[in-house]
Amino acid sequence: MEKILFLVSAFLLVWGLRLQSDPATASKGNKLAAIGMLIAIFSAVIMPVENSNSNLIWIISPLSLSAIIGYLIAKKIKMTSMPQMVSIFNGLGGLSAVLLSFAEINKWISFPDEYQIIVVIVLISSLFIGSVAFTGSLLAFAKLDGYRWSEKLTLPFQHIVNIVFLTMIIGFSYFFISDPEIYYLYIIITFSFIYGVFFVAPIGGADMPVVISLLNSFTGITAALTGIIFGNIVMLLGGILVGAAGTILTVLMCNAMNRSLLNVIIGGFSSSDPSKENKEQGDIKEISDSDFAVQLFYSNKVIIVPGYGLAVAQAQKLCKEIQESLEANDVEVKYAIHPVAGRMPGHMNVLLAEADVDYSKLIELDQANEEFKSTDVAVIIGANDVVNPDAIDDSSSPLFGMPILKVWESKSTVVLKRSMSAGYAGVQNPLFFKKNNKMYFGDAKESLQRLSSELKNL
Amino acid sequence: MNEILNFLVENEILIYLLLFTILLGFEVISKVPSVLHTPLMSGANAISGIVILGAIILIRTTESENYITLILASFALFVGSINVFGGFFVTNRMLEMFNKKKKS
Repeated sequence: MEKILFLVSAFLLVWGLRLQSDPATASKGNKLAAIGMLIAIFSAVIMPVENSNSNLIWIISPLSLSAIIGYLIAKKIKMTSMPQMVSIFNGLGGLSAVLLSFAEINKWISFPDEYQIIVVIVLISSLFIGSVAFTGSLLAFAKLDGYRWSEKLTLPFQHIVNIVFLTMIIGFSYFFISDPEIYYLYIIITFSFIYGVFFVAPIGGADMPVVISLLNSFTGITAALTGIIFGNIVMLLGGILVGAAGTILTVLMCNAMNRSLLNVIIGGFSSSDPSKENKEQGDIKEISDSDFAVQLFYSNKVIIVPGYGLAVAQAQKLCKEIQESLEANDVEVKYAIHPVAGRMPGHMNVLLAEADVDYSKLIELDQANEEFKSTDVAVIIGANDVVNPDAIDDSSSPLFGMPILKVWESKSTVVLKRSMSAGYAGVQNPLFFKKNNKMYFGDAKESLQRLSSELKNL
Repeated sequence: MNEILNFLVENEILIYLLLFTILLGFEVISKVPSVLHTPLMSGANAISGIVILGAIILIRTTESENYITLILASFALFVGSINVFGGFFVTNRMLEMFNKKKKS
């Protein structure tokens, strides 16, 4: 019976993920995967096991408690904080794997004959990877949420220290397997936790999404390893699926920023040469509320390029309002979404969906770059690095080679920004000084509010 | 070395399965468009909470007096299933937002 249930749940997990490849069926896919998970949990509770003990209370109480907590968090969380939430949840998954491996290893110490050595090796690997995912995710959360101290944890010669730690963890694992003293195990766990912090510490805050995705795939791998230990195929399958998803997303994000994974992990971005920033810059031109409104009003086609600045200002709904008043006057409005717009891949799509923007209006990088040529006004809201022409023109720029939105190919551009400060990559943007560009300063929400009321008065 | 070979031979099917699952995973995931990457990430994250199956099995096979293991495994189940439930609920919330517009 439970074998059939596990089969059904494995099928539902894969099919559910498969359906998530289309926005129209994605919601159904997620529900199927969730049902698959529930069936798997149920089967694990009813399946016959050797020396079974009825410890049902130990299962039901944590399960129901966390269902309530999980539901409440999921309901309350703001869409802009999605990366933080994913990293916390991922950390919890990692912690779960750590505790589980620890409990299993503890059993091995008591009954050494019941386990093969390779099983113990797998358990220790799972313990290590889970620990790194746990503390790494917590630090990633702190960095994303902007805690100052989280940027100051890097030691001198961090990469060498990391290698030393890694060697010591492997060494102590060897000692532990040859001589199962619990004392060694504590050292392994402590060092693995510290290693997780050291692993994430040198990586810049802007790269956290890549890290979370990478740590996510780590948690998947631990789940798969634990699946091997328990001989449970659903666990193996689920873990590998997550591992694959995490790996692919990590690679995609690195590509979107034109950087290698190694470069992200070493943390090279933050060390850009400050002397390069003082290039001759020319003048910037500001645009007034009414001019901006009129310009948009008499355009045929407007493309909005939203960035994280739009999201932090919570101005997506105003954006939609402006889109509607323009469309009422037969102006074609589209949104160009850069793959790393927002703080996570696809984050901007979620944020715009929250504001009821139809996803057929969202265009991706390649299509957007085609369409800019026939666009009258490109409006850049709270985005900076993803529209920086230096990525194409200046080989000395840290952004060089990154695929970007060529907004300057439209007839004119307007940049909404709080100030002239540099973007995440810490470089100035020559776009601001181009002839056909105008600046519209202010907080995204207030600016769009002014623009929206101007448009309504026209 | 012999240990490892023995393990591989004994678990032949499991190893095959591992290889095919990796291929399947990459195949299924690489088809997901970038629009859906955030929900995919949180959905996949929820699935990684599948480690709790191990916690459940461990709890069921532990003697009722072995409180250390029971507490450890129970806590593992607790934190792991926050990941599962929270992950699925929040993914659902995001995807509903995509759906809502399709109808209007």
